Amino acid sequence: MINHKKPKWKKILLLGSGAIRIGQAGEFDYSGSQAIKALKEECIKTILINPNIATIQTSDYLADKVYFLPVNASFVEKVITKERPDGILLGFGGQTGLNVGLELAEKGVLKKYKVEVLGTPIQAIQDTEDRELFVKKIKEIGLKVPVSKAVKNVNDAVAFAEEIGYPVMCRIAYALGGLGSGVAHNRKQIVELTKKAFSYSNQILIEEYLGGWKELEYEVVRDQYDNCVVVCSMENVDPMGIHTGESIVTAPVQTLSASEAFKLRSISIRVIRHLGIVGECNIQFALDPQSEDYRVIEVNARLSRSSALASKATGYPLAFIAAKLSLGYSLTQVQNIITGETSACFEPALDYVVVKFPRWDLHKFKRVSVRLGSEMKSVGEVMAVGRSFEEALQKAIRMLDCGMNGLVCNSLEFSDLETELRKPTDKRIFAIVEALKKGYSIEDIAKFSKVTPWFLYKIRNIVEIETKMKRYTLAEVPHAFLKEAKQKGFSDHQIALLTKSSEPEVRKRRKKLKIIPSVKQIDTLAAEYPAQTNYLYMTYNGSTDDIDFKQKHQVVVLGGGAYRIGSSVEFDWCCVNSVTTLRKLKYQTIMINCNPETVSTDYDICDKLYFEELTFERVLDIYEKETPLGMIVSMGGQIPNNLALSLHEVGVPILGTSPQDIDIAEDRHKFSALLDTLGVDQPAWKELTSLETAEDFANKVGYPVLVRPSYVLSGAAMSIALSNMELREYLKKASEVSKKYPVVISKFITGAKEIEIDAVADHGKLYCYAISEHVENAGVHSGDATIVLPPQRTYIETMRRVKIIAKNVAASLKITGPFNIQFIAKDNEVKVIECNLRASRSFPFVSKVFKINFIDLATKIIMGKRVPPIDRSAFDLDYVGVKASQFSFMRLKGSDPILGVEMASTGEVACLGDDFNEAFLKSLLSIEFKLPKKTILLSTGPIESKTDFIKSTWILKTLGFTFYATKGTADFMVANGIPVEVLHWPLERKEPNTLTYIAKGKIDLVINIPKNIEKEELDNDYLIRRKAVDFNVPLITNLQLAKRFVESISQVTLSDLKIKSWDEYK
Amino acid sequence: MQEAKLILEDGSKFSGFSFGSHAPTTGEVVFNTGMVGYPESLTDPSYRGQILVLTYPLIGNYGVPGNEREDNLLKFFESEKIQVAGLIVTDYSHEYSHWNAKKSLSVWMQEQNIPGIYNVDTRELTKKLRKKGTMLGKIIHDDERISLRDPNKQNLVAEVSIQKPIVYKKGKLKVLLVDCGMKNSIIRAFLKRDFSVVRVPWDYDFTTEDVDGIVLSNGPGDPKKCNEIIEHVKTMLSKNIPILGICLGSQILALAAGANTYKLKYGHRSQNQPCMECGTNRCYITSQNHGYAVDADTLSQDWREWFTNGNDQTNEGIKHLSKPFFGAQFHPEASPGPDDTEFLFDLFTRAMK
Repeated sequence: MINHKKPKWKKILLLGSGAIRIGQAGEFDYSGSQAIKALKEECIKTILINPNIATIQTSDYLADKVYFLPVNASFVEKVITKERPDGILLGFGGQTGLNVGLELAEKGVLKKYKVEVLGTPIQAIQDTEDRELFVKKIKEIGLKVPVSKAVKNVNDAVAFAEEIGYPVMCRIAYALGGLGSGVAHNRKQIVELTKKAFSYSNQILIEEYLGGWKELEYEVVRDQYDNCVVVCSMENVDPMGIHTGESIVTAPVQTLSASEAFKLRSISIRVIRHLGIVGECNIQFALDPQSEDYRVIEVNARLSRSSALASKATGYPLAFIAAKLSLGYSLTQVQNIITGETSACFEPALDYVVVKFPRWDLHKFKRVSVRLGSEMKSVGEVMAVGRSFEEALQKAIRMLDCGMNGLVCNSLEFSDLETELRKPTDKRIFAIVEALKKGYSIEDIAKFSKVTPWFLYKIRNIVEIETKMKRYTLAEVPHAFLKEAKQKGFSDHQIALLTKSSEPEVRKRRKKLKIIPSVKQIDTLAAEYPAQTNYLYMTYNGSTDDIDFKQKHQVVVLGGGAYRIGSSVEFDWCCVNSVTTLRKLKYQTIMINCNPETVSTDYDICDKLYFEELTFERVLDIYEKETPLGMIVSMGGQIPNNLALSLHEVGVPILGTSPQDIDIAEDRHKFSALLDTLGVDQPAWKELTSLETAEDFANKVGYPVLVRPSYVLSGAAMSIALSNMELREYLKKASEVSKKYPVVISKFITGAKEIEIDAVADHGKLYCYAISEHVENAGVHSGDATIVLPPQRTYIETMRRVKIIAKNVAASLKITGPFNIQFIAKDNEVKVIECNLRASRSFPFVSKVFKINFIDLATKIIMGKRVPPIDRSAFDLDYVGVKASQFSFMRLKGSDPILGVEMASTGEVACLGDDFNEAFLKSLLSIEFKLPKKTILLSTGPIESKTDFIKSTWILKTLGFTFYATKGTADFMVANGIPVEVLHWPLERKEPNTLTYIAKGKIDLVINIPKNIEKEELDNDYLIRRKAVDFNVPLITNLQLAKRFVESISQVTLSDLKIKSWDEYK
Repeated sequence: MQEAKLILEDGSKFSGFSFGSHAPTTGEVVFNTGMVGYPESLTDPSYRGQILVLTYPLIGNYGVPGNEREDNLLKFFESEKIQVAGLIVTDYSHEYSHWNAKKSLSVWMQEQNIPGIYNVDTRELTKKLRKKGTMLGKIIHDDERISLRDPNKQNLVAEVSIQKPIVYKKGKLKVLLVDCGMKNSIIRAFLKRDFSVVRVPWDYDFTTEDVDGIVLSNGPGDPKKCNEIIEHVKTMLSKNIPILGICLGSQILALAAGANTYKLKYGHRSQNQPCMECGTNRCYITSQNHGYAVDADTLSQDWREWFTNGNDQTNEGIKHLSKPFFGAQFHPEASPGPDDTEFLFDLFTRAMK
């Protein structure tokens, strides 16, 4: 019978996934947080290692101890030695957690310290991670896997490829997000691919290519009593060949017959049983679109991005339940939290359709390839819920916040449609729309794109409505047709565009016709049982609301939407903390967000969760139903901030700083005028509408200048221009400069420090603040910079000025709530470069370093609660926090891994140390920077930086490093008495060449400070940087960072890095 | 787009658009929460006389397969024709795509004169049926006058059963299958295991047949209407020939064993019903379609409850203590649904050998 014994473990170690990067994002904050909650319920002590300081899981109220340390075998072993846990959870920290766990097991560390692996046993993890073992295991039970062979060198790869015939797929073992995988169509391609792949892995897999087959995923749960349930089935709109992280995904499966859907379900269960997984796993299948033939592609024996999606799509809390099962519970013993009545041993029935859409930010990168393939490039995703596919799809596209109005009513142009269909980019779905409009048949589009025709028919339905709608003026649109358009996901704005009216007019008309969306619950059982669920979405394919709207004292917090470059887990942390405080203050809370990778969309966080669009229309729909006291727009980043004024104008109470004042900070002209009246300095700038005036202005203030195009769809980025020529080049490339699309040019001040203040004000009075400094000079985006708190090298006078400016800005904008100002400082002169009247990316960092929750305080202040003054000594720290940025250049093939004025990092970590050097090195190690052992390749840029770096070079020499350098740098070094071996530039194509040395692993670290001169030299530099990234060789491209790095390694060694938990820093 | 309405016995109306046939119809309105498998569900004779509401909103996506036969059974369906009286969905997919599809769902329903309505808030309708219990209803298009008819007052089993026995030849061992509205997959389950199947009409007197095992099939309606078969089963309970009752068959077995059955408020119709095997930690996910249940408290000393429902604790299976008599309230043959309990056929065939 059922065993009601309490779990035997007393202290469990949980491995987090570290910084957010492509392939491993916020989903692991969700899964880790759920796991900790599940363990806490059992009164088990939890120890968490995760340097991602902006996560909810690293909050002080979750794990008993938090270590902001690198998640790698050596640090984890040290924590184990210190903490002596009796159990470890490996399945909640993504591929990072799993790999580290395997390494610890293989090294015998877990055995030595008697740490038991909970849930899925190590053997099962090995069986799923090692391709050869995996194939063997699957074949043992007579199931089909792609014909494949594991090879250990390039020659064997070529031989096998030629045996089974091109094209073939190359995969790397132990890789997250399909890193290094690719399709080879011929010998040249396979040699190129496998060479690169062998630099990260000593085993790769060559397999039959299944491009064009349907791709499906099943999320399976198993307990130790062998009970299995398949929680969710998902179908990718994009066929095999496109990484599932790059695919538009629907749940449940849409185009499979029952026979196919349940056949794959049976196989899933046979697989999970045979592998012996306890907890959760994800199984990927390929299915022949012309028969029931299938292949088992892979199994992830851990929580994954897909399992986070499945949790949100079904309401089944996979991570929480997987954690309970790891403790030995059976599925029947765990409750279905949603219904509150039934057990976790069931399979959710959906009465809605879910569409997941990836978010890409490829335009942020120079030289990157925009083609989608077997490697993941997307940086985030959204999930839309609807009761028709068309509705969910259009919602999803708007949720991405990429400037698209939905599937249609966008201004995109494609020069070569057939290529767009055959070789997809991030815009493929829009290419399909265009093809339909140009008269391509569904058959042809299906043939080129391999997308199952059913999806294409649905897309055509939307296109047809668009065409038909254009024939009407708003007054003429028949009632039934207007309703149909809304049911197919058309926004008021889209209808306004098509009928040449305005969004408010459309809204007015449809409300008059009583076309309003219904609120529906996600209840896991399709209304079969009554559910207590607060998990909600809206649809026009419904006639009534599932809930009544009687609650009083409700406050809405608007979430941050899709993770993207510049807006990530930090804002989710702010939202969750704000909601938590509101609940403590006894408000009923409503969260609106649409990102399945977040904790804010866990339904136990708030009183009501609307998994919905963060658009004016939908937020207002919710407001009109719920009539809350007001909305907080300062927590979720720029999206809610941008909605503030328009919501305010239609009467929605915005809590905190008034929307008019937010507007002053957002509007460059108004804000500049304000600074002038306050006597605060700012870099000279001007908004210009022609090339000539732009040049005139640049010449007047002097180069370099920072050029900011107004946002147009070409996706042009900010840039620095050094000369008239560059400015002209840039403006030509960027976009048309016109009255409608002016360009903003500002003076770029070189050699200046950058400083930030994160603060909270109460009715214009500065309440608390944190000033932090950047390691890199101004010119590196604040989101990419290495940030130090408290500042170590900023003058007291500068700090004082920063504070005074913040005080004055707070007073004149009557700020109530969080805000952030960025400054540049040179010789005690301080200039303001940006101001946001909302929480910033660094709020979790400063809150956790100071141990003062800025968001909690800001929320209380926003709600008009009294907050006691903070003791000044609280800001007086005996330790230092350093935040470092995580880049994902490795995944973005061809991208130039260089720092600039556009943000490029995908995530961040922060570590604490007794001094800067310790915290800095820990944070570098946390972003998987490998410390160099012997050899460094130097190419130190223009003469000023060569001079500047020479002292550091001496230090490196003293530390015993040997150097390679390119000609110019080498000459300079030799002249300064430092021995160096010269390597040829890439384009010289002569040996010994920089590229060959990097590829052969002869170089431990590349320091490449870019120059801005000749094209050839730029290309040479680019090739070196790219090669370093492709071959996983650490790369530093910023002079200040390089200098601080040298200083740090000269003063601190690995063994000096202390294993101290967060609470031990006092 | 022709409008159509569903009118329930409590007077509530659900309007939408017509697909399939435009003929009016009446029946008992029930809902199923399965997300896939409409060709199988619609041809399941247990739905005889019922208007089926599908809670999954997108229906028709993969069309309907053709009429290929295998072992003299329609390969892709559960019986010879559509059994439901009508179909209610949210979003009917006018276009379909699937390699095995021959026609659209709407065309198939037209061919068999079955009406459907789409653009109905099936979640709202389901909630109503859940709260008030299963209700009678009718589908009309203009203002046709038809009166509500309660199918449970008819002998539904007689309507869906066959007239005379049919033999499906395979191996030496022979199963007698009493067709109370049987799903084809039950026959397939035995043929697959190399048993020959003798399929007999529901009221056929099989008490003197020389067979290795007896299967009482699923079927529509109230088990208490099946007097003839209950009497036949009673006779067989004194013997030792293995008996397996599936769904209605399990209720008939219970009634023959002296236990009672009752009508559930809104039944179990889905592919995700958790069933606990009594006395173990095991739970199976099952496919179900029934409106009545066995009252386990009324089972005699010789019988034990075998499975219970993980959601509402109702009876999901019974077994005899000493003899090879088994009843499963769920569908071990799945189709459509999970095959977790297919082992029941193995267990039963083992009892026959």
